[in-house]
Amino acid sequence: MAKKEIDQHSGIETTGHEWDGLKELNNPLPRWWVYIFYACIVWSVGYFVLYPAWPGITGYTAGILGHSSRLEAIADVEALKTVREASAKDLVTASFDQIRAKPALMEFALANGRAAFANNCAPCHGTGATGSTGYPNLQDDDWLWGGKIDDIATTIRYGIRSTSDQTRVSQMQTFGPPPGGGDPVLKKDEIAAIADFVFSLSNPDYKAAGIDNGKKIFAENCIACHGEDAKGNQELGAPNLTDKIWLYSGTRDAIVAQVTNPRHGVMPTWDGKLDDMTIKSLALYVHDLGGGK
Amino acid sequence: MSLMDKHVVLEKNSILLVLGIIIVIAIGGLVEIVPLFYLKSTIEKVEGVRPYTPLELAGRMIYIREGCYNCHSQMIRPLRDEIERYGHFSLAAESMYDHPFQWGSKRTGPDLARVGAKYSDQWHREHLANPRAVVPDSIMPGYPFLARTDLDYRHIAALVQANRLVGVPYTDEDIANAETDLVAQANPDGKDVKALQDRYAVKSAKGEMISIPVARDFSGDGKVTELTALVAYLQMLGTLVDFKIYDDKANPR
Ligand code: HEC
Ligand code: HEC
Ligand code: HEC
Repeated sequence: MAKKEIDQHSGIETTGHEWDGLKELNNPLPRWWVYIFYACIVWSVGYFVLYPAWPGITGYTAGILGHSSRLEAIADVEALKTVREASAKDLVTASFDQIRAKPALMEFALANGRAAFANNCAPCHGTGATGSTGYPNLQDDDWLWGGKIDDIATTIRYGIRSTSDQTRVSQMQTFGPPPGGGDPVLKKDEIAAIADFVFSLSNPDYKAAGIDNGKKIFAENCIACHGEDAKGNQELGAPNLTDKIWLYSGTRDAIVAQVTNPRHGVMPTWDGKLDDMTIKSLALYVHDLGGGK
Repeated sequence: MSLMDKHVVLEKNSILLVLGIIIVIAIGGLVEIVPLFYLKSTIEKVEGVRPYTPLELAGRMIYIREGCYNCHSQMIRPLRDEIERYGHFSLAAESMYDHPFQWGSKRTGPDLARVGAKYSDQWHREHLANPRAVVPDSIMPGYPFLARTDLDYRHIAALVQANRLVGVPYTDEDIANAETDLVAQANPDGKDVKALQDRYAVKSAKGEMISIPVARDFSGDGKVTELTALVAYLQMLGTLVDFKIYDDKANPR
């Protein structure tokens, strides 16, 4: 260590470091700083006692406050549920009709449903529930699986062709060449004729040679699901083919494509993912969008 | 010279100072990190968590390769609002076979820890090809090439083995069958599906087989593309633990 040197101007000892003639004074740390530093050390001791802190061999010191971020989060969620249930006490137990009879309860259910819809359903059905190709519009009164409130609630809870064992399910078969090879159920020209017929149902002005033949083949192959009048069957989720509302666009080409190699729309199950109150609110919300029966 | 003044020695000798810093930081590491490796309570005891199947593992590699983690976390924090939006908070056990883990903290898009089974395969296909096709105001980039690119799984057995090396309990059979398993999971009607499911499913305390890997035509075209693997991976995220029977009180933190 260099020998002590006192700065002439301030009378304070220097550190002995010098840069271009400037010398560093060996001032002590400011007092306030040092005291805060000591206070932090004292604080940490208190913290060790109150909160989980030190690991041991088989566990860790839990702290006398019994703090647990997980249990706190769960308590927060429970508290939220309690608040919700307080403002809508009967939502879980009341029937849909009873809920409708109470405007305040209904208002709560709709607000709850709207929020849950934006979070869970909008990515498929669209923010306004107007749907897109393959994802049905939930605003209109054309339903694949039924538009009564109980039907809607069942659809939401168990999904369609979902992983739930109570899912709504049906399967339009492949009428074109099977994927594994082999003979198609219907030949190309037969499918073309059917498409002419189906297209003409919602476009009465459409004229094509195949329509009459198509009607015959339709009767042989399709009425089991879509019905004799082609108005569909909600037990089977078979769409009404006579209106202008389509799941898959409804051009003649789209009809050919669906008959040749059908798509099978999948809606996930929400059972277990959303609680009863939310599913009920969603059913009311969807039903109230305008198309509910 | 009092004891407090001795630090001058440390301050004036850079080698000593560096050594001192290393020792202090090492104590921090010892106290904060080492216990996580030996404390049994670090990883909750839960039923259902199993290693990734080869197809899921391959999908995970695509996820990492494409940098999905730059915008998506896979870690639901124990906070009320996160639980409300994404579901039960993530458990350590749920990522115990993740090498490297994908917890992340950057959320340009939503957390994906429980995205499995939330959407249909069809939705994922449309969304990955062009997110705006299904979510009009999405800012996520499209990955249309995934559907066009055959999955290169020549080295899948080596990947499974590498994971075993870092502690994932794959068996010799798992490694030997990695390629067959990978193809089998994308072809639900194939003959090898059962062997895959038997090997990867886990037995619950009640003796039921749970977390059985789902075999499906994930890409919808019967092929094994990069999209197949990625969708298989996304569809299993967060689905292994049954939270209906999980006891939160048993694992406070
Ligand atoms: C992965 C995309 C997806 C998500 C997410 C989704 N749905 Fe669906 N939903 C569909 C598809 C596809 C159909 C039509 C299935 C078919 O082809 O029969 C459908 C059908 C429905 C139907 C029946 C429509 C009818 O005409 O009978 C209702 C009601 C419905 N969804 C409500 C919801 C609600 C409420 C949510 C949110 C909790 C939701 N969906 C989330 C894809 C989805
Ligand atoms: C086993 C029952 C079944 C049979 C038989 C069947 N369908 Fe379907 N069809 C369905 C179902 C279910 C859907 C809805 C598919 C979906 O939800 O993805 C559907 C959808 C369609 C659609 C698309 C409707 C839309 O809104 O986009 C067309 C077109 C159609 N079927 C035509 C036919 C024709 C033509 C035949 C006979 C050759 C036929 N279907 C036979 C069950 C059936
Ligand atoms: C630039 C940031 C960005 C990148 C990179 C990105 N995403 Fe996204 N992602 C988003 C945003 C924003 C959303 C929300 C809007 C939407 O659904 O498209 C989203 C949504 C999603 C969703 C739906 C989540 C939900 O719960 O609704 C999935 C699944 C997803 N991304 C997967 C991926 C995968 C797989 C990759 C990598 C191949 C990826 N993302 C890369 C930004 C990104």
